[in-house]
Parts: sequence; C-alpha cells; structure tokens
Amino acid sequence: MKPGQGEVLIAEGDVERADEEQCLVEEFRRQLDSGLWAAVPVIDVGGRRESRMVRSFEDVPRDADRVIFFPRAAGGR
Amino acid sequence: MLLALAATALVALALLSDLILPRLEEAWSRHRARRRRAPAFDYDPGRERRAEQRARALLRSCVNEEEWAMYRDLGFIRVWGSQADGPDDAGGTGGAPYAYMIYPHRPILAYLAQTHRLLAEYCVEFLDDTRPYGSARLPDSDDVLAKWMALTGDERRLIASANMHLAGRQLDPAQVTRDLWRLTQWERARMRDAARSQDLPDAAGGEGRGRARRGDRLPRGDGSSGG
Repeated sequence: MKPGQGEVLIAEGDVERADEEQCLVEEFRRQLDSGLWAAVPVIDVGGRRESRMVRSFEDVPRDADRVIFFPRAAGGR
Repeated sequence: MLLALAATALVALALLSDLILPRLEEAWSRHRARRRRAPAFDYDPGRERRAEQRARALLRSCVNEEEWAMYRDLGFIRVWGSQADGPDDAGGTGGAPYAYMIYPHRPILAYLAQTHRLLAEYCVEFLDDTRPYGSARLPDSDDVLAKWMALTGDERRLIASANMHLAGRQLDPAQVTRDLWRLTQWERARMRDAARSQDLPDAAGGEGRGRARRGDRLPRGDGSSGG
C-alpha cells in the first residue's frame, strides 16, 4: 500500500521454485527492514476472513497467495 | 584622525565578529533555503481517485462480504473484539462482547456491542514516511484495510500502538450513536433480504410471495424503530 498509488505489486514468484523463493525471501526482508508491517489474509476454519500478521518469511503459510505490506501503526493525535 | 577611526572600526569589527558571523551565516542559509526548490507534487485528483479504486479493490478482496457491504453502504467497518475483558485501558467489559468501528483516517472506536456504550477512541496512523507523492497518507480504503488487518491479526499490538482517549475526543458521540443505529437497521434489512431470498423458491405459493412483499417495504418503513 502506497500513498497516491494504492496497491503496488512488489514481487511475485512460486515458493516451490528455489530461486523464486529466494527472491521472495529477500524482498520480504527488505520490506520489513524498511519498517513496514506484513500481513497475510487468511480464511479461518469457520470460513471467516481475517488477517495474520507475519514477522518472518517462515510465518507465511506456504499456500498463501499474497503478503500485504503496509506502514506500521503509530499513535495518532 | 581618519586612520585612527578606521583602525578603531577594524578592532571593533574583529571583536564583534563572534557575534556577527553566526548571524550572517544563519541569514545566508535562510536565504538559500527560501530559494531552494522543494520537490513539489501537485495534488492530482485523477491519481488519487485511481489509487482509491485500487485500494477499494484490495479491501474487497481481503475482508468478508458482509464487511465489504458495510463499508460500501455505511462508510465504516465493524470488527469484533477478541479479548476476554475488552481492549486494554478501556476499563474492562466484564466479559461483554465488544467491537470496533473502523473509519478511514479517523480514530478506531471501541464500544459494547449490546448496549452501544462507547468505550474509548484509539488514535492510530499508518503513515508512509517515504511520501511518494508528497503525502504520507494512504488512500482511504487502504487505511481501513490496514486497521482491519492489524485488528484481526494482532488486536493487542495495534491497541498498544495507538493513543487511547476517552470516547468523544475526535468522533462526535452523537454521530457514532447514529452510525450504530444505521448499522443495526442495515443488519436487519440484510437479514430480511436473506430470509426473503430463501423464500423465493416458494414464491409460487401465496405465503412466500406475501413475505417477499413485506420485506420490500420494511427497510424504509421501520426506520423509526430505533436500535
């Protein structure tokens, strides 16, 4: 998510392919190192949609179709 | 005589240079700063509209159908709280169910679901300091999605990041009360629509058709019943 842009595709790849997974891992780390939060939209056992915050690439479910990065929360006025 | 005056002036200048030079440097840097061209990004309504459209599509793809319809129709999303005794610092709920109202670029509001008692406002921002177009603010729907993801993913962490205030500091309690009433009416109308759509296969029978007609009128007709 970016101001003035909305959704921006950062990287895409297949985690079953080692080279593409490595690219995804590096991009994931780069986004988190720049201070962003990461979340994966998931569907719980009851069928309801929710989100899972992830702090490392290993936390991302293997079958996740996307990870969304957004600015970290800060106390507002 | 003239030489003596010039020498005196030079000595005075030398003595005062410690005072004068910093001021001259400051004035010069101020002058340069005024002349420096700051990267200016004109507000582009088309760009912002396209960004908001993308943000709405992303929001719709992430949240539940009911939440999307709520945002589309009412302008906010309700997210149920998951902590046993309510959000931290809100005084406890005694186990009563509570929820949050998410508005774009407004504080998150916690309230008791049954009584609609307002618990607290949580002021939180998701600012992008890279300011790609001069502004750090996300599009409205991205702001809502960021709050939704943070609340459903890690409610405690988000609430801990926010500044908590008593309800009514930024959000007008009367407006919030009205929004909660609108939400109640909206949910009733959806339930009636769902019941009516279940009845439709039986529409050939007189009873089923009758229910459908009543359902058509109700969303407008019972607006004064409160909620």
